[in-house]
Amino acid sequence: MKHVMGVALCALLAGGVSFTANAQTKLTIATVNNGDMIRMQKLTDDFTAKHPDISLEWVTLEENTLRQRVTTDIATKGGQYDVMTIGTYEVPIWSEKGWLAPLDQLGADYDEADIMPAIRSAVSQDGQLYAAPFYAESSMMMYRTDLFEAAGITITDRLTWDQTLDIAKKLHDPANGVYGICLRGKAGWGENMALITTMGNAYGARLFNEEWKPEFDGPEWKAALSMYVDILGNYGPPGATSNGFNENLSLFNSGKCGMWIDATVAASFVSNPAESTVADKVGFTEAPCAETCTGANWLWAWNLGIPTGSQKVEAAQKFIAWATSKEYLELVASKEGWANVPPGTRISLYNNPKYLEAAPFADETLLAIDSADPINSTLKPKPYVGVQFAAIPEFQGIGTTVGQQFSAALGGSSSIEDALASAQSSTDRTMQRAGYY
Amino acid sequence: MSTRSSTLTGRIMAAPSIIILFLWMIVPLGMTIYFSFLRYNLLMPGMEEWTGLDNYYFFLTDPAFFASLANTLLLVGSVLIITVVGGILLGLMLDQAIFGRGILRLLIIAPFFIMPTVNALVWKNLLMHPVSGMFAWIATSFGLQPIDWFSEAPLTAIIIMVAWQWLPFAVLILLTALQSLDRDQREAAQMDGAGPISIFFYITLPHLGRAITVVILIETIFLLTVFAEIFVTTGGGPGLATTNIAFLVYTQALLQYDIGGASAGGIVAVILANIVAIFLVRLIGKNLDR
Amino acid sequence: MEKTFKSPLKHIAFSVFAWLVGLMIFFPIFWMVLTSFKSELDAISMPPMFFDFDWTLANYVEVQARSNYFKFAMNSVVLSVGSTLIGLVFAVTCAWAMAFSPTKRTKNALLWMLSTKMMPPVGVLVPIYLVFRDWGLLDNRFGIMMVLFLMNLPIMVWMLYTYFKEIPKDILEAARMDGATMPKEILFVLLPMAVPGIASTMLLNIILAWNEAFWTLNLTTSDAAPLTAFIASYSSPEGLFWAKLSAASTMAVAPILIIGWFSQKQLVRGLTFGAVK
Repeated sequence: MKHVMGVALCALLAGGVSFTANAQTKLTIATVNNGDMIRMQKLTDDFTAKHPDISLEWVTLEENTLRQRVTTDIATKGGQYDVMTIGTYEVPIWSEKGWLAPLDQLGADYDEADIMPAIRSAVSQDGQLYAAPFYAESSMMMYRTDLFEAAGITITDRLTWDQTLDIAKKLHDPANGVYGICLRGKAGWGENMALITTMGNAYGARLFNEEWKPEFDGPEWKAALSMYVDILGNYGPPGATSNGFNENLSLFNSGKCGMWIDATVAASFVSNPAESTVADKVGFTEAPCAETCTGANWLWAWNLGIPTGSQKVEAAQKFIAWATSKEYLELVASKEGWANVPPGTRISLYNNPKYLEAAPFADETLLAIDSADPINSTLKPKPYVGVQFAAIPEFQGIGTTVGQQFSAALGGSSSIEDALASAQSSTDRTMQRAGYY
Repeated sequence: MSTRSSTLTGRIMAAPSIIILFLWMIVPLGMTIYFSFLRYNLLMPGMEEWTGLDNYYFFLTDPAFFASLANTLLLVGSVLIITVVGGILLGLMLDQAIFGRGILRLLIIAPFFIMPTVNALVWKNLLMHPVSGMFAWIATSFGLQPIDWFSEAPLTAIIIMVAWQWLPFAVLILLTALQSLDRDQREAAQMDGAGPISIFFYITLPHLGRAITVVILIETIFLLTVFAEIFVTTGGGPGLATTNIAFLVYTQALLQYDIGGASAGGIVAVILANIVAIFLVRLIGKNLDR
Repeated sequence: MEKTFKSPLKHIAFSVFAWLVGLMIFFPIFWMVLTSFKSELDAISMPPMFFDFDWTLANYVEVQARSNYFKFAMNSVVLSVGSTLIGLVFAVTCAWAMAFSPTKRTKNALLWMLSTKMMPPVGVLVPIYLVFRDWGLLDNRFGIMMVLFLMNLPIMVWMLYTYFKEIPKDILEAARMDGATMPKEILFVLLPMAVPGIASTMLLNIILAWNEAFWTLNLTTSDAAPLTAFIASYSSPEGLFWAKLSAASTMAVAPILIIGWFSQKQLVRGLTFGAVK
């Protein structure tokens, strides 16, 4: 009893003492726990050496937790963060509401024109940058060249999903620990829905029609979901319903996947011999099409933005300029090699011979990012912006609920028809409630 | 002895806690009730408007509501049964003379100290993972197909995790109760030729009545709001298979940012909790006032 | 030793059985700690490796390099102990009054207190967040301490009430006969008898506060963030992460597990909630 009290007292005292004065500007940065962000965190010293008057406080959180924290904070003007890591989904919604401070002091040598046009337009409003892209990605297919060779498969043109299914059948060999294809199955608007929506786009589906009515009861979605459930359910790994990006990355790196369609950023991980057992046996090609190739690959970027009302906008912009600059890419290259720099944001990177040499996936990445267009991503006209999402506040909830239904269809606890029907009715309810019609 | 003055002092002493708890409850509750009548989306500030009972209507007619109500009851009920039965058995076991009983008891109570988040992460990744988890290995070494827990039996998986966490609590309370059992009574029964089973049912179990009530009461309070385990592992799915009321309110509040709807959901949850509380009061009235 | 076995063979057989059950219950924790010392590739190897792997501390080094563990741990200590101490002041007086001068409404007040705990916290997140923002309590240790204190107050009052109720009243009256005043009566007569109950209430609440993962995660940013926030950055990192996750998990639970083990006797002594007469 006594020693517990003693510990308690010490703890309180220690807690009081640590309130020391700090003349520096302290920036609190909320970020997601992805590899590239963690690398940035490790390079803090380079920034503080250049800006001794600024100190950095990192808050690294898992994606869902991060999103709920920063959204609550910015919407209530809580003022907890000076720099937020946000996706291309949030930027247009938030900047329209005036929640993000314009990035107008990034410095003369920042070279805004060097940012990839598709990404730049996704994070700008009326030509003004509201967030700076840290890394950007599209989706593509990674496959095992050795397995393709052994099965006598060569890729000439862009694949269709039907052809992909055939290949998956040929490669599927669970007895030897190889599954035909790995795809995202974990429910979430940023997880399975990102992939399934691009599949839907390829089959000519759209999330909403021009009247904002959902179209999950149409034949296009049925074709897309049937293909998804067939290919991943029958020729995918066990436990596919809990596999997100990270889980699939582990599977692919340990040689368990014949094909994997996912974010282009995965390319640098799967071809890194330190992490991947199949580093020298990976090929890259575009994501499959079906009825169309429009919108068959997504577009996403993690960006750094500043909430309006922050007292430290100036310092925060200095930090953002540092983290998203060309020099930062060189800094990472000098410490970790060119293959590990955050990809997809700057045109100059893809003209850099050193990068092209170190990154065999550079061309395919560039091709995928260039071909993704958030405005025209469906065969039929649509009212929303975004390839694999709709940039409306309601989508986060809708995407997650629908993602859960599709994950239930994949797991077999619900039929494809039932999943689509309940996706339709729940989305309809939400849109109605939000006052779209 | 001056009853009146001591009652007065009693009231004065009890007052601070009651007042502060009352404020803690009434301020957010008042705000929540107010919000529950508004159309209030956190992402659309300035658009708040009075909508009457709309939020309640939407929450209660949501097909997810009944699914999550059923899941909540199933989760609470199953965990209670597992922990009470398991707690009695383990309590009886630990009541015997065992080599190294002190250390064994430490091992058995350990799960109680584990953070729910860590509990869920460990079970999900290290034990129940269908490819590299321990259970998958055990299944394959017996020549069985590994169970894909979070898609084939998601609610069962959650129940196992939560029960594991709360079993030690039941063991601790029931063991203390068992140790207070009058040995003479048991020995007298043995003299009369009663077997261990009838001793258990006629002497031990009635003696444990109060302890079981306490376990049920305290655990119910915590189990009604189980959240971290679901958030970390299944995210309420697949479909609605593991969405309980707490998680449903979460999806309203922090995925749809529909504060009006979430507030209505919160109020509904409070009403449901109070129904459970009334039920518990009856149970306690019977068992604790003896 | 409550009961003894007639034959030593039975004794051994039963002990072996009991140990098997105990080890099974403990296995997840054991496995977590063991995995934290493996390399990432060993951590997912099939069949699992028990002791024949290359033991490494690399995961702990990596986790510490990424986030300053001690800052989080210190916050956990401050928040859980602080909230418990504040709580004790209120709960002891309240429970004391309820136990020694009960009124008709005492039992109702108690149950009402408990029922406040059954509301899903996420339902009131936004109201609380707004209040905290206006009072400048976001990411403030004192603010979180108050939340944790209020969260656990009902349990504390209940636990102390049930314990105090068992204290025989005649002692109190004897002391009053001798002319003891109320404060003296509490200080010299009853408090010593109540210490075990207070001690175990305190321990239980430190455990509950330490493991509270909703408010501590949503109302803190960095200055006041405890270990629950620390673990939130490891719940799905990239690539192979089983070993790093295990290391972070072990670090997050180790302090409270050790405190719990050392003080389990005190914890058990008062942890009856009136279940034992």
